[in-house]
Amino acid sequence: MALSRAASSPSRAALLKPLAAAISSSLFRRPISTDTTPITVETSVPFTAHRCEAPSRTVETTAEELVGFFRTMALMRRAEIAADSLYKAKLIRGFCHLYDGQEAVAIGMEAAITKKDCIITAYRDHCIYLGRGGTLLEVFAELMGRQAGCSKGKGGSMHFYKKDAGFYGGHGIVGAQIPLGIGLAFAQKYKKDESVSFALYGDGAANQGQLFEALNMAALWDLPAILVCENNHYGMGTAEWRAAKSPAYYKRGDYVPGLKVDGMDALAVKQACKFAKEHALKNGPIILEMDTYRYHGHSMSDPGSTYRTRDEISGVRQERDPIERIRKLVLSLDLATEKELKDIEKEVRKEVDDAIAQAKESPMPDPSELFTNVYVKGYGVESFGADRKEVRAVLP
Amino acid sequence: MERDPLVCVMGEDVGHYGGSYKVTKGLATKYGDLRVLDTPIAENSFTGMGIGAAMTGLRPIVEGMNMGFLLLAYNQISNNCGMLHYTSGGQFKIPIVIRGPGGVGRQLGAEHSQRLESYFQSIPGIQMVACSTPYNAKGLMKAAIRSDNPVILFEHVLLYNLKERIPDEEYVLSLEEAEMVRPGEHVTILTYSRMRYHVMQAAKTLVNKGYDPEVIDIRSLKPFDLYTIGNSVKKTHRVLIVEECMRTGGIGASLTAAINENFHDYLDAPIVCLSSQDVPTPYAGTLEEWTVVQPGQIVTAVEQLCK
Repeated sequence: MALSRAASSPSRAALLKPLAAAISSSLFRRPISTDTTPITVETSVPFTAHRCEAPSRTVETTAEELVGFFRTMALMRRAEIAADSLYKAKLIRGFCHLYDGQEAVAIGMEAAITKKDCIITAYRDHCIYLGRGGTLLEVFAELMGRQAGCSKGKGGSMHFYKKDAGFYGGHGIVGAQIPLGIGLAFAQKYKKDESVSFALYGDGAANQGQLFEALNMAALWDLPAILVCENNHYGMGTAEWRAAKSPAYYKRGDYVPGLKVDGMDALAVKQACKFAKEHALKNGPIILEMDTYRYHGHSMSDPGSTYRTRDEISGVRQERDPIERIRKLVLSLDLATEKELKDIEKEVRKEVDDAIAQAKESPMPDPSELFTNVYVKGYGVESFGADRKEVRAVLP
Repeated sequence: MERDPLVCVMGEDVGHYGGSYKVTKGLATKYGDLRVLDTPIAENSFTGMGIGAAMTGLRPIVEGMNMGFLLLAYNQISNNCGMLHYTSGGQFKIPIVIRGPGGVGRQLGAEHSQRLESYFQSIPGIQMVACSTPYNAKGLMKAAIRSDNPVILFEHVLLYNLKERIPDEEYVLSLEEAEMVRPGEHVTILTYSRMRYHVMQAAKTLVNKGYDPEVIDIRSLKPFDLYTIGNSVKKTHRVLIVEECMRTGGIGASLTAAINENFHDYLDAPIVCLSSQDVPTPYAGTLEEWTVVQPGQIVTAVEQLCK
């Protein structure tokens, strides 16, 4: 145990590794997921700041957290790939926007905040929902339109919500969630909650007028809002340099401070979000630009290769994949063995398969559900015929 | 606002200015700048902000300086305000009130004289009410604030100067109920907002001519109070709708369809709908007068209907 505490940087750990491994395997089973002694890691890319001081590159983390990152990201990756197959099997219909490649943003953000803080995002919301505490069953059931889904099957891929965990969705119209996010921050300031709201949007939405209107209001009233641009460099099929005169999204807030973060590095995301939360509670809004990438196309109907080369995709996968990074970090810090990580992946795969099987058994919504939840109960609407006995339609 | 600390107001010039029609006068000094929020001119965003705040449990009242400006916020009202309760499977309720003046004023020009209740009527999940007197304005406003549904409250530019004696004690009206203004036997006249006054003026002439019109102020534009309306139709068998909304796809058009569908057997004559003309409101005073329904036209229509 003393040896792993001393391993505070990857290079030192490499020297100590053979010794540590020899001792550990002979003496006792190293518990991989419960060690909470702090480990400091440096992010691979520095932060670039606009109108604020960039946070330090050294991130504090623990073995438990890193292995947890690996597990949850593997779960998210597996879930998205499973959704891909389900879509091709026509069990998921309509729109399905997959998040694989961007998992580090969801994970890093969760690690820096509490469930009292709110997150609102656009339609690429499956993994953020999982990060906020949603179960795999709810995800797959909702995608397949079943009753067990998080929105009872009535929302679909783009409308995941989890009120008790502060996840406000799940929105289809590009950019419309940004004013909603500002509204969440307004409510937090009004109720003096000491919590913040993260409004996520993409590089495509960064050109919407609503964003700048919302930024103006947030800055005017010092709302605790953090606007996070998940820049995966393509707005559906349009590359960022073809859509934006200034693709430096973290600078476009002008009077609002911004920070550019390597979105494929979960620890960098965690550090940035922690910094942003402190900033927002004291000084008002801040923009975080997450430099990230999506492997799939914009949605399932987009092959993703007409506007970018396969080499580019595989290049990013080889050099910047968020899960591989954490895997390398965990292995180099000797927090788990190769086999243990592979076992985690197998476990995760089984979890996903079980959830899908369970979701498939969930029934479709009852026809009466067509009319439920249009209005809140108690202010119901009854449309009568000529006398009260002849009820034509009841909207509960 | 005194009763519930979660109620807040937001809109352009509602705070220090007191509201462009003085509706929120004095509130900012009493409750502070955060509860009576002066917003920049960004309808889409501050309506969205109100909806986001409502999702967390706040009860905002969003004022559109003129209902026509709310067209800029239509995306937020339709997609987020109306639909979130449904698409989240009931997790979120949006107890927001969106209110503002609309209708044809005194030569305000086409863009500031819009009658667009009908633009919002198809949005699932919202309730629409139109007030017409100080008494029902207060009652409906209270009901709208207390309602857990999103409510759009349509006021009228020309009705702000009305004076009326209203009860001192607290009263809340029902959002889904229509108001019987004048009971009668010969014909049912359905109206709302400012047209109620034109109808009452015409009613005086009609009474002198020997007719007995029943005048109902429908108040609830979505959903319609088919119970009150139905009982009236059952009694008189003739319906005249007088409204300020546009002819094509207006509230009157929907109401005609609803009455025909439900009460066809009770009608002795086809429903007549008098609405404003399908034109942008002209500036010239005489032309503006002809855009909306005048009492003379109402009298003629009733006479035709009752032949």
